[in-house]
Amino acid sequence: MQTIESKAETRTNAPSTFEIVTRKDFSDVTYLLEVRHPLMAKAAKPGQFVIVMLNEHGERIPLTIADFDRVKGTITLVIQAVGKTTKEMQLACQVGTRLYGMVGPMGIPSPISHAKKVVCVGGGLGVAPVFPQARAFKDAGAYVIGVVGFRNKDLVFWDDKFRACCDEFIICTDDGSTGIKGLVTEGIKQAIAKHSDIDEVVAIGPPIMMKGCAETTRPHNIKTMVSLNPLMVDGTGMCGGCRVKIGGQVKFACVDGPDFDGHKVDFDDLMTRLRRFTEQEKMALDRWLETCRMMNLPASSPASPVEPKPKGPRKAANSPARKS
Amino acid sequence: MAKKKTIRTIPQERTPMPEQDAQRRAHNFEEVACGYPIEAALNEAERCLLCPDEPCIAGCPVNIDIPGFIQKITEKNLRGAYDIITATNLLPAICGRVCPQENQCEGVCTVGDTLEPVAIGRLERFIGDAAIAEGWVNIPYIEPSGFKIGIVGSGPAGMACAADMAKAGCDVTVFEAFHQAGGVLKYGIPDFRLPNEVIDAEIANLMKLGVKFECNTLVGRLFTIEQMLDELSFQAVFVGTGAGYPSMLGVAGDSLNGVLSANELLTRCNLMRAKEFPDYDTPLPPAKRVAVVGAGNTAMDAMRVSLRLGAEKVYCIYRRSRTECPARAEEVHHAEDEGVEFHWHTNPVGNLDDGKGNVRGMRCIRMELGEPDDSGRRRPVPVPGSEFDFECDLVVYAIGTNANPIMGQTSSLKLNKWGYIETGENLATSVAGVFAGGDIVTGAATVIEAMGAGRKAAASMKAYLGIRATSVADLVGAASTGKLFGIDVKERNFARIRAA
Repeated sequence: MQTIESKAETRTNAPSTFEIVTRKDFSDVTYLLEVRHPLMAKAAKPGQFVIVMLNEHGERIPLTIADFDRVKGTITLVIQAVGKTTKEMQLACQVGTRLYGMVGPMGIPSPISHAKKVVCVGGGLGVAPVFPQARAFKDAGAYVIGVVGFRNKDLVFWDDKFRACCDEFIICTDDGSTGIKGLVTEGIKQAIAKHSDIDEVVAIGPPIMMKGCAETTRPHNIKTMVSLNPLMVDGTGMCGGCRVKIGGQVKFACVDGPDFDGHKVDFDDLMTRLRRFTEQEKMALDRWLETCRMMNLPASSPASPVEPKPKGPRKAANSPARKS
Repeated sequence: MAKKKTIRTIPQERTPMPEQDAQRRAHNFEEVACGYPIEAALNEAERCLLCPDEPCIAGCPVNIDIPGFIQKITEKNLRGAYDIITATNLLPAICGRVCPQENQCEGVCTVGDTLEPVAIGRLERFIGDAAIAEGWVNIPYIEPSGFKIGIVGSGPAGMACAADMAKAGCDVTVFEAFHQAGGVLKYGIPDFRLPNEVIDAEIANLMKLGVKFECNTLVGRLFTIEQMLDELSFQAVFVGTGAGYPSMLGVAGDSLNGVLSANELLTRCNLMRAKEFPDYDTPLPPAKRVAVVGAGNTAMDAMRVSLRLGAEKVYCIYRRSRTECPARAEEVHHAEDEGVEFHWHTNPVGNLDDGKGNVRGMRCIRMELGEPDDSGRRRPVPVPGSEFDFECDLVVYAIGTNANPIMGQTSSLKLNKWGYIETGENLATSVAGVFAGGDIVTGAATVIEAMGAGRKAAASMKAYLGIRATSVADLVGAASTGKLFGIDVKERNFARIRAA
């Protein structure tokens, strides 16, 4: 550990090679990558994001930083394989391989306020990026209530990390297989019912979930911060592709955000804009799956491409590769 | 010297540049202007009178010794011409293509008083292309000065500053947020105007000078300007981050899908190669009818890119008339040839929704010129009741940019009220050792103006660090920038000494 760090000290502006040092698979669609980038690990703050390019032909995709380790010099990303790029990454990003590019930390860090009692809400993939915020609030001396939501018990990850930094921790699952049955909004309601003095709610997850959270807290007039995830190209404020409507004003999520007041965000606008390239995304994915099928690659395999048989039964979720 | 040329003896007609046929080129990304063959270049070079006033040198933002290099062309000494140009401008293949010469060197050309001016830009490009083809590069002997210089942004300003500082013996590192160096030259200017290979060749030349490029580095966020000066031990920093925070119109339907900034369209197409989707992963919405709002050079690029991406109709929407249009005449002309429909005196009122969040058309209003405003220009005012709708499936805003906020958010650099970095006459910022230039200081301008600013900042930086002009390249540079041994070029009566 010491050597890695000291090496980084002397060559502070040495370019990172974006090497993947750890990989974990939480489910057949969710995976974690830890990428070596000592400079970024030093600079990163909760709420910031990176833009990743898998290869030279790749697109630039924004991913929220799920964790950073200043000692190890790594950045942790949690990714859901939904489209062509994220599926391709799932296949290609093994320990020892490198990303083509990773730039960041981007965006304004989350303002860790002096709130005394905070609810940190993560839904699905948002569970990962809300973690550094929960930890930062805890470090700042707040009473932290963690609320995380998953579809079922098998998809749960990082509950141990949350328990370590939260004073209270509520898991919600759609089917009730663990924790309380229902959406994260149920968890928020429970927390609000128990504590009348909540100062702030931080919610990260799919837009529909953040919208639900904002609507849940609105009647109680609790400050609610959300982290927006629109489509981006450069991430430096140059293209305006990530523009969002906040209280009727146009803001660029990449440089004016990504955190905004959830009560002012036009979520419907965000969701429409996220569908900008649905057609092209589907076309790219279909084409890639077809290539995988022809090359006999396991398009949705976790961990290692040489072990195409993952344990346990698994949905062949629109993956023609499974049939061959 | 040969017999003195006069306005009557030189070739009267400007030598035409071979161009791709408009109908064909509107569907490919190959370069429109094919460049001079050698005979054409020799013919055009003969048109320079080598007049004693040399107004072109003063007209050039980087003060290239224009008559000097043109004379070398007439002598068929192309390498000599290259040496003269690169004494002041390391990027002739780029500048020859993208400078608005009609407002600069060619605009003040003596020949232009009577005939069409000498095609200086085309000749510069001819030399730049010859250098790339022949693999020429001018690397003077450089005495290391021991200074470490950081440059933020690898666009034209940063590249020009890097070149000068490297020539002064500094250890120069250029930081770029994108995954490829080149800045606006790469993401903004399309291939048919400036091929990426040309930019890469010029960047390779800088690397041969010892300049290091570090991509994927967002200065401000990965480390701040202040950290560069202390922790990373740069003695001086140049900030050339460009303007680029595109303006939106602020009309109804701005956020509809299918409404985007010209920067986004161009970046997706040029840098991310959406034109090769799905071989490259970045998509662009397919569009049959495209409306581009604005009539600057960026708007022209956006329109011509749209045509090449397969649009059947491309409209230019501009509230003033052709005379006020800020684009280069040549660009408007090219766009027109390729089939862009211009709608002057037209202003957008709103974008029309198809009910599913996509744009289906645009509502515009006719404009007429009203009373002169404070600046003396007649302001366009809407004609009441003249609204009309038309169909389009892509709307591109090319109406300018605002200051990028990242530097302001992350450093203590003093900004002006518009958010641009405030600098003194010598481009020094409010932080000692930090200089800035290009669009982030002036707001959106041209490539060559940014290069000029980069060079000016380099000169200030050298003065700040106490680096004296010692190399031959610097002396030659000083000769053409006007002052050698403190004597103005206009007043000098000594023969030019060429140091071997």
